[in-house]
Amino acid sequence: METIQLLRELSQASGVSGYEEPVRAVAYKAFEPYAHTLRTDTLGNLIALQKGTQSKGAKRRSIMLAAHMDEIGLMVTGMEEGFIRFTRVGGVDTRTILGQEVVVHGARPLPGIVASRPPHVLSPGEQEKPVPLDKLFVDGGLSAEGIADVVRVGDLITMRRDFLELAEGYVSGKAFDDRTGVVSLALTLEALSAMHHEWDVYAVATTQEEVGLRGAIASAYGVAPDIAIAVDVGFGAQQGVGDTESVAMDGGPAIARGPNIHPVLCERLVALAKDNELPHQIEVISGATGTDAWAIQVAREGIPTALLSIPLRYMHTTVETVCIRDIQRTARLMALFITSLNEDLAIALGL
Amino acid sequence: MLLQELSDARGVSGNEAAVREVILGAVKDHVDEQRVDTLGNLICLRKARRQAQGERCPHRVMVAAHMDEIGFIVTGVNGDGTLRFGKVGGIDDRILLSKQVLVGQDSVPGVIGYRPIHLIPRAERERVAEASKLVIDIGATNKGGAEKLVKLGDYVSFRTTFEVFGESELRAAKGKAFDDRAGCAVLTELLKEDYAFDLYAAFTAQEEVGLRGAKVAAYAINPEVALILEGTVCDDLPKKKDLSPVTEVGKGPVISFMDRSFIADRRLVKLLLDTATRLGIPHQLKQGAVGGTDAGAIHLTREGVPSAVVSVPVRYIHAPVSLLSLSDLDHTVHLVREALHTLEGGLES
Repeated sequence: METIQLLRELSQASGVSGYEEPVRAVAYKAFEPYAHTLRTDTLGNLIALQKGTQSKGAKRRSIMLAAHMDEIGLMVTGMEEGFIRFTRVGGVDTRTILGQEVVVHGARPLPGIVASRPPHVLSPGEQEKPVPLDKLFVDGGLSAEGIADVVRVGDLITMRRDFLELAEGYVSGKAFDDRTGVVSLALTLEALSAMHHEWDVYAVATTQEEVGLRGAIASAYGVAPDIAIAVDVGFGAQQGVGDTESVAMDGGPAIARGPNIHPVLCERLVALAKDNELPHQIEVISGATGTDAWAIQVAREGIPTALLSIPLRYMHTTVETVCIRDIQRTARLMALFITSLNEDLAIALGL
Repeated sequence: MLLQELSDARGVSGNEAAVREVILGAVKDHVDEQRVDTLGNLICLRKARRQAQGERCPHRVMVAAHMDEIGFIVTGVNGDGTLRFGKVGGIDDRILLSKQVLVGQDSVPGVIGYRPIHLIPRAERERVAEASKLVIDIGATNKGGAEKLVKLGDYVSFRTTFEVFGESELRAAKGKAFDDRAGCAVLTELLKEDYAFDLYAAFTAQEEVGLRGAKVAAYAINPEVALILEGTVCDDLPKKKDLSPVTEVGKGPVISFMDRSFIADRRLVKLLLDTATRLGIPHQLKQGAVGGTDAGAIHLTREGVPSAVVSVPVRYIHAPVSLLSLSDLDHTVHLVREALHTLEGGLES
């Protein structure tokens, strides 16, 4: 599996929270060769099962890997003189969308531009304030008369952004939060298909994470795994973000510690990374992790959960940037972890 | 489409060579002489090919469009491999966040990122992000790695590609630098026509940093009349009705009475308006005097040159991606071509 190519396809696919179908089709194609069964649940979660070798008599054990496939975006709220008014879906910093290219998912996919006024016409001081949402419009090049045939209130708007390969194995694009995680799941399934593992593996591309971890709540209940690992993106070190609130780029997956994380799982991940000389780092999160792990941990009677974060710069912009090696290391660590799973661990966890 | 090649070419002020190459390729079969002057202006001559109708026909007419675009220049390399940059030309800081750029002659790709919304206190989101703290990320992880790919003084342009939006009545197209590649496209078309005077097509450099190419081009050409072609401000977003849109997309070429840099020659304005009216060419008058053009330099050259500006309305000029109507572009070619023929009868005194 070509990591960059899969990330490119996932990144380019649209999938605003609640409307993940296009990106789910790409994830399906990536999971399918390595899955015994695939299904899509009521909330749209894609659930792929790769069976383990455990014997029939014993209680079947399973692990759930979760990465969310939804992305933040915009939604049409009205039309005015041929221009489109919109609101936000998920955590969009509206300061970052001026002059962005978008696609309005109307009666046909409509290319558009988030309109900005030229500096020539701005009064003094106007450039000192961000443009408020009520003065932002999408311009699809349509007339006041023609627009109603193509666009209606409630249509989704996704960011339109080419995938870009930068220097030194870095890549940039939209929705890497958390399509990089989905890539790591696909890579893990691929690696495991050639490795011996006893436990069943459920790789779940979850929905609606950006609006409240909703896909994870439903899929963790449905899959009912013994343990789980969520993969999401972490704040990568960048200009303006200090070392204390970020993880190192190209430093490998950040293994989380904190109340959201089961300590036994965390320590086993750290030990495996050390034994295999796999670059990794520790990220301490003192409360809510804001990831699928937060929901999975309290599904049913409680599920021991770990969290791996792929370092990512410029989160929630259209130029999210990752080091491709960090995605591959995350998958490698998960595959190593899964091959190590046995009944002794289940007993240690009190399962 | 020529506009596509022009828009995709990278030509920040002072570094117009790539745009000049595109234009040279497009005009070479239609001009009698061409030269590039010391500032990088491309000056083409199409000699008179028709008999003058009377004694008042001018001998030398200059038509100008500027090749350069706004952008950035690399001013420093940080220890973490990111690049500091300065602005070239007038750019609103607020449009810089979350954009792709190309750096230097080798078009090294990079991005201007921003801090995650999660780490920004609510109060700070009400303030404009400081451009001085923004950097370009090319993926290099240290200073040495970055310096293998780029150097101080490298020019940086937005990475935006031309595209025609399908099925719109406006025939909308998006791309970068329509200010003033739209003018360059019109001027290139005009060179295919025969006139009774020598037509000097000046594709000028460095307009965005102070009309600097036009100044020396006009001196050298020493024209009797000048027309300046622009991709101009179009601020027709919905807003309180007391604010002027300046121009509107889809309403035809824009004729200026004046702008910040000059007052148009009234005879040329009348000639343009009469031509448009006579032939039923859609047109509009520029509302308000915002922006400056090469006309500011040309009309004050030597003893003064009667000058006028005809523009293609362009939304979002000086931003990473602009929008224009291809119909407006066609009408601009038509209007200026016919106006030039009208000019063969001379200007009123």
